[in-house]
Amino acid sequence: MPTFFTHTLAIFQKDLKTEWRTKERLSAMTFFAFLVILIFNFAFEPGSPIMQSAAPGIFWIATTFAGLMGLGRAFAIEKQNDCLLGLRLTPADPGAIFLGKMLGNMVAMLLLEALILPILVIFLDVEVFAVLPRLCVPIFLGTLGFAAVGTLFAAMSMNTRLQEALLPILTLPVLVPALLAAVESFRGILEGDTLSDIFPWLKLGGAFAGLFGAACLLLFEFVLED
Amino acid sequence: MNAIELSNVTRRFGHLTALRGVTLSIPEGQTFTLFGPNGAGKSTLLRIIATLGKPTSGTVHIRNIDVRESPEQVRTHIGLISHHTLLYDDLTARENLTFYAKMYGLKNKSESVDEALLTVGLADRHKDRVRGFSRGMKQRLAIARATLHQPEILLLDEPFTGLDTAARSLLSDMIFNLRAKGRTILLVTHDLAQGLTLSNHFGILKRGELVHESPTENITETELRTIYERHVGNLTQG
Repeated sequence: MPTFFTHTLAIFQKDLKTEWRTKERLSAMTFFAFLVILIFNFAFEPGSPIMQSAAPGIFWIATTFAGLMGLGRAFAIEKQNDCLLGLRLTPADPGAIFLGKMLGNMVAMLLLEALILPILVIFLDVEVFAVLPRLCVPIFLGTLGFAAVGTLFAAMSMNTRLQEALLPILTLPVLVPALLAAVESFRGILEGDTLSDIFPWLKLGGAFAGLFGAACLLLFEFVLED
Repeated sequence: MNAIELSNVTRRFGHLTALRGVTLSIPEGQTFTLFGPNGAGKSTLLRIIATLGKPTSGTVHIRNIDVRESPEQVRTHIGLISHHTLLYDDLTARENLTFYAKMYGLKNKSESVDEALLTVGLADRHKDRVRGFSRGMKQRLAIARATLHQPEILLLDEPFTGLDTAARSLLSDMIFNLRAKGRTILLVTHDLAQGLTLSNHFGILKRGELVHESPTENITETELRTIYERHVGNLTQG
């Protein structure tokens, strides 16, 4: 088992190093998310009650679509020079490859979320910093579920002709429970709920992340097969 | 001991049969070249040996290990060089090799990487990103990657594709060196002359069937061309 985590860590570190060097993925994701928030800034009056209730949805729309963009890029580097073949030729367990890629995607998503929260405050005039410690829980769970499902489907759609179109079509319907839990718990916290008040939503988000994370880990082997 | 042993291997993709009952034994230390036209099943065969695909029926053993039962163990004995480099463009030469050293679980990573870089003549470029390398340099680094874990068996899938004359000559020399070290080599190529020069045994694959197999000893390029054309058809017609 130590080898499993050694492989996971090696892939994770490699992805971080590549991203740190190029900054292609994070910059594209952040710019896209910024544009989404900017458009909503024009649609609703910043600081208005309607903006308060729409803000959680706007946050997750921005992160989900920007995240889908990032997922495509995560596997584009493996497609270049047929590097995924190189990974498959090593003695690494397919689960370790999945976990390494998933962690890389998750860190990219968390960084994106950290960058767009201040943008949310500036453009939508929504106070999130006062409740930030509580907000971290649903954001983490939502991101975990997204990264697990997204990594599997990004690998599946990598070699298809309609990769860009196929990835959201495959991913979004499956993500509905995770996004619902994430939006509702985000909204509850903004309205002053405690973590125990939103526990049913957190439970849904946690269960989704756990179940789909485990399922994706096991199914990844079949995605890699010829 | 046979390094590679295929017994009655068939591979189907839906209605398409890519391999039809291929039986082949390659002893340790042999350099075997597999010729065949496009679509003959050469790459499919190579991928099955490399544990990247499973045969529909038949068995494949690598150094007496069944590829279906222990694919991870088989992979430690195999290195693959193809026309794709399998290298990350945004990592340096050293970082690429260190990453693969970790993936293969090598104990002395730093020493192994240094040695591999030295062998392929890239020690002075170890800090440079692969993106800036020429095609020939990338292929040399690809050889270092494939041989980093000292595999007993090397699979070469059209490794000369896209290389200029100098790089081809360098790659040929490297294959000769690996052959001299006793590595078992399975080369897949369209280039009859190159395959004949590098190997001591050859086979011809046609529509998924191994239609010819013999040693290359005392065979001239013209004779090989005649044998190939007898089985496959006129070379100029592809």
